[in-house]
Amino acid sequence: MTTLNQMRAVHGDKVYKPRPGWHAGLPLVPVFIFLALFFFFPVIQLLSLSVQTKGELSGIHYLRLVESDVYVRSLLITLKVAFYTTLICVVAAYPLAYMLATASGQTRNSLILWVLMPFWTSFLVRTFAWLVLLGRHGPLNKYLIELGLLSEPLEFFNMLGTMIGMVHALMPLAVMTMLSVMETIDANLPKAAATLGARGGQAFWRIYFPLSLPGLAAGGLLVFITALGFFITPTILGGGRIMMIAQLIIEQVEQLLNWGFAGAIALLLLLTALVVFYLYDRLLGMSTLSGSGAADRSGAGLGSNPIGKAGVWIGGIFINAIGWVCDRFGELVEVVRPIRPDRPRKTMSRTVMWITGITILVFLSAPSFFVVPVSFTGGGFLEWPPQGFSTRWYDLVFESATWRAAGIRSFSVGVISALLAMAISVPAAFVLTRQRLKGRTLYMSLLLSPLIIPRILIAVALFYSYAYADRFLQIGLIGSSLGLVLGHAMLAVPYVVVTVMAVLKNYDYRLDQAAWSLGANKARTLWHITFPLIRAGLLAAFLFAFVTSFDELTIALFVSGGLATTLPKQMWDDALLKVSPGLAAASTLILIFVTSMIFLAEFLRRKAAKS
Amino acid sequence: MSEPAYKLKIRNLRKTYGPVIALADANVDMREGEFLTLLGPSGSGKTTMLMAVAGLLQPDGGEVWIDGRLATYMPPNKRDIGMVFQNYALFPHLTVAENIAFPLRMRKVDEATIKKEVTRVLDVVRLPQVAERQPRQLSGGQQQRIALARCIVYKPSIILMDEPLGALDKKLRDQMQLEIKHLAVQLGITVLYVTHDQEEALVMSDRICLMNDGEIEQLGTPDELYFRPTSVFAADFLGESNLIKATVSAVDGSAVTLKAPGGAIVRAAPSRFEVRPGQQVTFMVRPENVHLLNPGDKTDNEVSVKLDDVVLVGQVTKAYAKLGGETKLSSTQLTRVGAKMPKSGEEVRFGWSVDATVLVAEKRPGAAA
Repeated sequence: MTTLNQMRAVHGDKVYKPRPGWHAGLPLVPVFIFLALFFFFPVIQLLSLSVQTKGELSGIHYLRLVESDVYVRSLLITLKVAFYTTLICVVAAYPLAYMLATASGQTRNSLILWVLMPFWTSFLVRTFAWLVLLGRHGPLNKYLIELGLLSEPLEFFNMLGTMIGMVHALMPLAVMTMLSVMETIDANLPKAAATLGARGGQAFWRIYFPLSLPGLAAGGLLVFITALGFFITPTILGGGRIMMIAQLIIEQVEQLLNWGFAGAIALLLLLTALVVFYLYDRLLGMSTLSGSGAADRSGAGLGSNPIGKAGVWIGGIFINAIGWVCDRFGELVEVVRPIRPDRPRKTMSRTVMWITGITILVFLSAPSFFVVPVSFTGGGFLEWPPQGFSTRWYDLVFESATWRAAGIRSFSVGVISALLAMAISVPAAFVLTRQRLKGRTLYMSLLLSPLIIPRILIAVALFYSYAYADRFLQIGLIGSSLGLVLGHAMLAVPYVVVTVMAVLKNYDYRLDQAAWSLGANKARTLWHITFPLIRAGLLAAFLFAFVTSFDELTIALFVSGGLATTLPKQMWDDALLKVSPGLAAASTLILIFVTSMIFLAEFLRRKAAKS
Repeated sequence: MSEPAYKLKIRNLRKTYGPVIALADANVDMREGEFLTLLGPSGSGKTTMLMAVAGLLQPDGGEVWIDGRLATYMPPNKRDIGMVFQNYALFPHLTVAENIAFPLRMRKVDEATIKKEVTRVLDVVRLPQVAERQPRQLSGGQQQRIALARCIVYKPSIILMDEPLGALDKKLRDQMQLEIKHLAVQLGITVLYVTHDQEEALVMSDRICLMNDGEIEQLGTPDELYFRPTSVFAADFLGESNLIKATVSAVDGSAVTLKAPGGAIVRAAPSRFEVRPGQQVTFMVRPENVHLLNPGDKTDNEVSVKLDDVVLVGQVTKAYAKLGGETKLSSTQLTRVGAKMPKSGEEVRFGWSVDATVLVAEKRPGAAA
């Protein structure tokens, strides 16, 4: 393997401290073999397929892409939806992230749980909850009419509903990304600005905002890239009026079985993503995506390229203008409400911020719960308010063999794929944190690449490879739990690596050295010292991997067929076929299950923190 | 109300957090050009007082007057102050020049003047070459000087410093202490300084305000605090001290006669608080004032002791003994080549003068019992 050769080359390098020998990199081998088989190879194969027809090199698929305006139009719609989703997400997430970043430790921890909750709650459950909420006779229309804001029900199932669903789905990502940057901003800086004569608004816009900008941009980028590959929300909440690129790919594969053309469309999606990455890198520098401190990020080194220069220049003008407006406004307020030196001040701005933040938090966490009352309806279809009280829909779910099988399969696939992902990723995380390997950054970006490539592309590629393996090697992975486990473990690798590395960074390596000095060998040290201490982190990584699999639809959509279905796949099929309260009942059960898992994890984390 | 000669007046300033009294009715006056240090252990209220003067926290009661203007509840940007933070709080996304220009921009000074002033203060702190650098490219000492430059550029009435040398190593800290001190004198700036380092306070200050448990323990010049501490806490916090409990046997105009543990008669300098014969008191004598007496030497106070330990700690050698079996008494001598030092176990005579014997109160004078 090339990785091994590179490691050998490292061995002979001139370095001040001895580099670890090539065998130090051995724990990386399993995870890279795994990714090569189930990620790199399938993706490359699919893309190469897109430039072939009947085994010969040809550009026919790409000609078809530009010939008909269906695809270009769909790309434009996709870009438009992704752009507005990003814009709304970023604007709404910022005040919430700011509120969390400036709140005291205790308050912050409990509020973050409410941001993470929708993040962890099943994606399909959330989308389904919006289907309930936004329906023609749903609660939202009902209350808007009662309040006299609407005279007749508003049709949400179009662009509007799609946007609401996508913003709701992606905002936690933006909040968490922004928060990670805001937490690195020194709390003394705004205070210093105040003592130097800056009013609240000036201190915020001239000091805090520019420092938080990398987080805002990184959050925006992640939301945009993820939004490009969405198909669940536009299909369920778009009312058949929104056709995004990912939906076209599914259509090509599922209905027309045209792999080459699906690959071509997928490449279009990938290229769009890469162009966005490139622009972002020019404008802000890619290093802002990894979690280094706010101070390292801004300004320096950007003036070297024209796009960066323009960005810095426009940013400067913007900051000056908004700073000036805030200053004038501040002066005006001081005229109306003069400052009294003899009386405590009441600050309005914090109150406003908290009201805004809490409102957004409610938007994020409340909607999922609407599936609960609906699921207990006695009526035959989704209604608001629900008709009477009955558990008939739960009986239906529990008695249905399909639902039961799907539940068992989702759970076991989740557990096994999470264990597999842990088994291959944890050693890699150890090596990457502790050894000074050459090419560490390269290994990291390769391990994280399943996050950056649109998931729909991965799913199609994996499906094709499975079919290929079935035809030529007689290995049946399609429709099997094994195929699903392998795919889900691949998706979970980056999450596990990142989570475990974060835990290990805070681990005091000297404890291991102490154990060795006391006579424990490496294995016993790992078992008796290291693992007990990072248990909470390992558990979090496991849960992350489990929920990734438990909630996964894209790969399941292609790979699991017939009766062998998972919960998300079953919900998806049901939702496309007929939306019934049974779906609400299933959603409620999943909601309870996932929520109790989160609280269990949080409980274990706190317990671990105490001891 | 307030005499203009005072740059800062603090009157009955008070701050509580629930049941905890962070600052209890503090009163401080600062003259123009004075260097005053708030000294004390953590949790003594020194930072609370500084933050209240800065306007970064709102007191529960009392008044703060800055340059003759009432400023108790003024926002920080409206009071005429400058502040140097412990971690300097230089804006990481602005260059050094932009950092220094920031307060001038906030005061709407024209660009030409800003440029001139930035150059001027960079010369004052002797760092003219770093103007276009980012703060993180500077060393700790340089960042410290830029933080100071950012304050002196707009000539505030008073500059507040919150443990500004805490992050520097010992050698640089010693150098920066004198540098800041000289700069303050040269520019005539009024500085309110916070530190928990007694040596730093002694080196830099015109006056020291020693704080303990949210109250002012003693306020005076470094000399006064060192030689005439008023309380056990003050004697113990600054420098090393022998604190010895004794009984008053006689009081006259020139001295107080005490009976120390082990029966020794000790004469102390006149007390600054009332003492009566028979009363239990504590007196303090600094180890460096306790001499090893040669045979035939005479001094005001003498005791015979058996040495427990003699240790050489570098430039001084310390000799430890006990008075009357359990009260510790130590003597510190300069270590010199050829000086004959006794060994542990030897019987020696310790001696010290009446002036070096100071009566200290158990609690600070005037504190509620």
